[in-house]
Amino acid sequence: MTTVALPVKGEERYVSSEARIISDARRRGMGIALVLISLLMLFPFGVDVSRHDQTTFFLSTGTSVNISPLTFGVRGVSIGLAIACAALGVILFATGRFGRVFVIFSIGIAMFLWSFLAWAARGQTLNLVGVIGVTLISAIPIIFGSLSGVMCERAGVINIAIEGQFLIGAFLAAMVASASNDLWLGLFVGALGGGILGALLAFLSIRYSADQIIVGVVIVAFATGLTNYLTLTLLAPYQNTLNAGYVFGNWAIPLLDKIPIIGPDVFDQNIFVYMAIVLLVAIQTGLFRTRWGLRVRAVGEHPEAAETVGIKVLRVRYRNVILGGVIAGIGGASFTIGSIGEFSAGMTAGLGFVALAAMIFGRWRPYGGLVAALLFGFANSLQSTLAVLNVPINSNFLTMAPYVITIAVVSGLVGRVRAPAYDGKPYRPQ
Amino acid sequence: MQLELTGITKSFGSLVADDHVDLVVKPGEIHALLGENGAGKTTLMNVLFGLTHPDSGEIKIDGEAVHFADPGEAVRHGIGMVHQHFMLVPVFSVTENVILGFEPTHGPDFIDRRKARAQIRTISSEFGLEVNPDAIVEQLPVGIQQRVEILKALARDARLLILDEPTAVLTPQETETLFGIIRSLAKSGRSILFITHKLKEVLALADQITVMRLGKVVGSTTPKETSESELASMMVGRSVELVVRKDRAKPGEDVLTVEGLTVHDERELTVVDQMSFNVRGGEILALAGVQGNGQTEVVRALTGLVAVVAGHIKLLGVDITNAKPRARLRSGIAHIPEDRVRDGLILTMTIADNLVLDIFDVPPHARFGSRNLGEIEQNAKDKLREFDIRASSPEVLVSTLSGGNQQKVIVARELSRPTKLLVASQPTRGLDVGSIEYVHRQIVAERDRGTAVLLVSSELDEVLALGDRIAVVYRGQIVGVVDPSVGREKIGLLMAGVTDSEDEGVAASPATVANA
Amino acid sequence: MSDTLATDPAAGAAAAGGADAPPKARRDWERYFRWMIEANVVVVTTLAIVSALIVGAILIIVTQPTVLHAWGQLFSHPGKTVSVTFFTVGDAYRDLFTGSIVDPFVFGHAVRTGQGWIAALTPISETLRETTVLSLAGLAVALGFRTGVFNIGAQGQVIAGAMAATYVGFEVHAPIGIHVPLCIVAGAAGGALAGFIPGILKARTGAHEVIVTIMLNYVILDLLLYAITTQPFQQPGQQNPISRTVPTTARLPHIFGPNLRVNAGIFIAIAVAIAVAWLLRRGTIGFSFRMVGANPNAARVAGVDIARATILVLTISGAIAGLAGMVQLSGTDYFLSSGYGGNVGFNAITVALLGRNRPLGVVLGAMLFSALDVGGRYMQGTTTIPLDLTQVIQAIIVFFVATPGLVNEVYRIRGRNVGQSTLTQGWSA
Repeated sequence: MTTVALPVKGEERYVSSEARIISDARRRGMGIALVLISLLMLFPFGVDVSRHDQTTFFLSTGTSVNISPLTFGVRGVSIGLAIACAALGVILFATGRFGRVFVIFSIGIAMFLWSFLAWAARGQTLNLVGVIGVTLISAIPIIFGSLSGVMCERAGVINIAIEGQFLIGAFLAAMVASASNDLWLGLFVGALGGGILGALLAFLSIRYSADQIIVGVVIVAFATGLTNYLTLTLLAPYQNTLNAGYVFGNWAIPLLDKIPIIGPDVFDQNIFVYMAIVLLVAIQTGLFRTRWGLRVRAVGEHPEAAETVGIKVLRVRYRNVILGGVIAGIGGASFTIGSIGEFSAGMTAGLGFVALAAMIFGRWRPYGGLVAALLFGFANSLQSTLAVLNVPINSNFLTMAPYVITIAVVSGLVGRVRAPAYDGKPYRPQ
Repeated sequence: MQLELTGITKSFGSLVADDHVDLVVKPGEIHALLGENGAGKTTLMNVLFGLTHPDSGEIKIDGEAVHFADPGEAVRHGIGMVHQHFMLVPVFSVTENVILGFEPTHGPDFIDRRKARAQIRTISSEFGLEVNPDAIVEQLPVGIQQRVEILKALARDARLLILDEPTAVLTPQETETLFGIIRSLAKSGRSILFITHKLKEVLALADQITVMRLGKVVGSTTPKETSESELASMMVGRSVELVVRKDRAKPGEDVLTVEGLTVHDERELTVVDQMSFNVRGGEILALAGVQGNGQTEVVRALTGLVAVVAGHIKLLGVDITNAKPRARLRSGIAHIPEDRVRDGLILTMTIADNLVLDIFDVPPHARFGSRNLGEIEQNAKDKLREFDIRASSPEVLVSTLSGGNQQKVIVARELSRPTKLLVASQPTRGLDVGSIEYVHRQIVAERDRGTAVLLVSSELDEVLALGDRIAVVYRGQIVGVVDPSVGREKIGLLMAGVTDSEDEGVAASPATVANA
Repeated sequence: MSDTLATDPAAGAAAAGGADAPPKARRDWERYFRWMIEANVVVVTTLAIVSALIVGAILIIVTQPTVLHAWGQLFSHPGKTVSVTFFTVGDAYRDLFTGSIVDPFVFGHAVRTGQGWIAALTPISETLRETTVLSLAGLAVALGFRTGVFNIGAQGQVIAGAMAATYVGFEVHAPIGIHVPLCIVAGAAGGALAGFIPGILKARTGAHEVIVTIMLNYVILDLLLYAITTQPFQQPGQQNPISRTVPTTARLPHIFGPNLRVNAGIFIAIAVAIAVAWLLRRGTIGFSFRMVGANPNAARVAGVDIARATILVLTISGAIAGLAGMVQLSGTDYFLSSGYGGNVGFNAITVALLGRNRPLGVVLGAMLFSALDVGGRYMQGTTTIPLDLTQVIQAIIVFFVATPGLVNEVYRIRGRNVGQSTLTQGWSA
């Protein structure tokens, strides 16, 4: 029996390298953050609130099973949650078990959000279902974008051009749907447009080994300029035929839409929501359970090894990047024919880049990106929610909030990430 | 299988890597391909494995001419390759790596993990290649990783197994185990082609030996008919000094003192475990050991590239444990890094610039934040001459230099400063014999100037030739400090973790330095 | 970018090895000739411009109703199709030129009669004025690229600089000789702060600067909107999101009289360009930047403090971009408005790429792009073609420049010095 030269002390467990390795320092930082947040909950949201203030959360709407609204005293609830959150923070600070860290942190954050909403809506009512709804809808493009990023980067190509693919997708979808009176055709062409930009990215970076980030930025600039130009020259003068603003209607899924609280938000939506769900599940299972996924990941992690077992690295990259472009194109279409209908210049507002942050946050996994997308969506929903509640925060700061949160996510919560090993490196077969 | 290579020629631009190479491997034969770095062995294997296409020549398997468009075809014809730099995906499990490209599936495309595991277990036990199918490859020791590579080839019914420098990462004992595996594979009818530059192994294992030099086959013989020195001459083309000329060391004061050094890796696992040793001025302490036992991390801790969890490092009595890399360089540490291309040079810069990489901002190369270009160029000219660096001008990019010349640039840079401690990490890896001789001479010369030298090497020959004292590293600890005269056998045992006064199989306990 | 993407034929020839050397004189001619016809910076850039103009022409054809109509009659009146196309495209491009550089007729008239100089020189004055701002922004981004850092936040840094300069403009009362320099300092400081943030985040937490800078752009845009509604920026009684105008003591003087808008900012731009060039070539800090950009591993082993370099370069880069914002504000606009700076952020990136991250190249590239912008505005005024066409043209130029291999293939020229080393270091710090 050969002796083994393995400098390991302690457990000889084999841990999946993709598990989140959270350093002690970061875990303690998260614990402290929770404790600090709980102070916020304790004082402004708790002790300072009058004993009589109550909030009512509406929990059902439309088709879902009727649950009577939840009314509770803000002070008591906030103080209670503050104590619970602080306790979680102390737990995090003292010890950490793999995988539980993020769960605990998320629960703490959820407590904070509940308390915050209660405070904001004190003396009034809050449509919780509505808030969740707006959260979900704002998250949709980011979900598509993050899926696009995952598809490309798992194969080793960085896709900065998502923003550009969004714009082209949104533009083409609106224009074609308008011109042809056919929403499905619009969707198709929007997806195609995204795919073409993906092909361009693939072509330039794979064939010519051009720097992927630069090509991506240039594609975004190109798409921005092009859509701006065409908006002025085509959409503006021909508003009625080319930018009429058609939108997909909602389809309710019977039974599922009666689920309390989230039912109508998730299952009485338009096709983009359903597509997003399907794609999320498909890509997650695909990447980690199928042969296709194994080969894609091999290409992104160690293309030489993949080549030596007969996998055509370049072909895999082309395929994935083009598919990623198509997905981003669909995400772009969701801005117009999935939402407000008309295209306007710059309507994507940087969400293509936010999607990249979501992808990194999610460790290049579809489900992980979903969580980040929801976070962002929630930040977005705050704008309208707080406005309705007459909360005296300047609207500009609210608009800023999602972006600030993204920065915090990328620097604070994520830490040193482990991208696919050959992400961004051109591959030259011999 | 019977393999015949006839007239294989492959050029890269003006460089002829393989020049009308002929090679025959019989069924069940263990055939060694011997040659130094740059002889054309790896290129030949890449041709055989379908990774690259020959300009001319023919490959015949069992009498039939074949042409491989890609590795997949080579594999289908029964050729398996165990690469020198493993072709394993680090984050995948053993199973995933072995089945990659040949995955058993069920349903639409889902991988059948159960079947895969069963397959692996079967082959594993058949050839004594024990391995945990669910282990993540990058967490495995290098010797075990190699087994996975071999498993990969066997799982695809390889009839000819090519092993490229397989023993570079093994202890002498692991090498013996590997030889056992190779012999049993050969007995089962498979042909083995293994590539190496290690003469002793070739004589111990091979049935047939083919020697290559500069792209040509210069001889074919058997172990009975030849000797180490004859093989060495064939490899290099002239008679070769196999021993480095070296006077006895005259060691002085302690220059480097390391006490209780402990370093963790990114996963918070201990890779250097309370290591203590010292190096005196005028002596070469060789840190021997198979790669992966913590030597790399020791060097990184010494040069300030990684944080120290516990312990102290003292240079001439001054504690530098937490000093930044720049401060350490300034206080007299010279460093020849393990990976010259990644850590030692900036390929897209000129030789002149590379010669001042660590002193570009001090006089005379710069004053008040402004670089003195004339001075830098003059310095470069001087160094080109002094260190015999073959280049047309100092303004040439370092990327155009050969490996040996690149290493000379690094050596020139590091040894041109007043140095108290030289840390040389795998300094002759990948170099041709001429350059190896040169680097060895420079290191000995530095030692004779009174500098303390810490040599880290996994090449036992180099350790024995250069070391005045040899400290063997195993599992992040020093398991013994010996004089080179104790012999390869003893050092090999130490490298495998077997210490004095114990019988084989018992692991080493922490040992601290004993000054020889 | 490769540290030695040689525009110098000497380096290229030397690199190829001088072992087989024909006599020197003949070699020079040969070398030069081959350099001219092979793919190199000049050829690639020229071909890139030509290609972009072709694509632009196609876009014009496709979106101008008159031209489309004429194409509909291709078979019945082919002559008309050609002439309408030719004239529409030709007019557009002619306007691009005359609006940005000079109109030969107007110029000739001025020379002959000694009058109308203002009209004759306005185009080039405008172009120079824009070049000032764009080259500063481009220098900021290029400096980052040389260090391996992607500063996509030039937009935000420009606004930050402009805001700081405006603030000093309102709050300080001093003669112009003191006020303007103070504004310059403020502009640099504001931009530096906006660059410091991604710098320190990257150095301490490994956050990728592409995302942080882009997000920061949006944040700063919102901050701008907010600031405009508060003191001292607020314009009383103004419904639109526009600030007050800064007093005259805070404005960069025009250097050719009040009717030509080119201003003293041009000196700032020249000074910064020279400073950056010196920094990269001769400065020790610049050398450490180049080391980090070319090989951060080796740089670290050689003792360079990567974290410090990252923070330093992003801060300096931000400061330069902040100067761009200050020049735009104190030299031209004199007030802030929502969405200030427009596309300068992305344009700076494309200009940096065009100039191969070298200061002279960046300035020349900025001139080209400014000419396109200024000419485009003129073209928009005289034809029905919107300004955004020029953005498309600019992007296509950069496509070709960023992928020199593409030019080779399309135009079938042999490439020598076209090795493109990737800047990208992926997402890990």
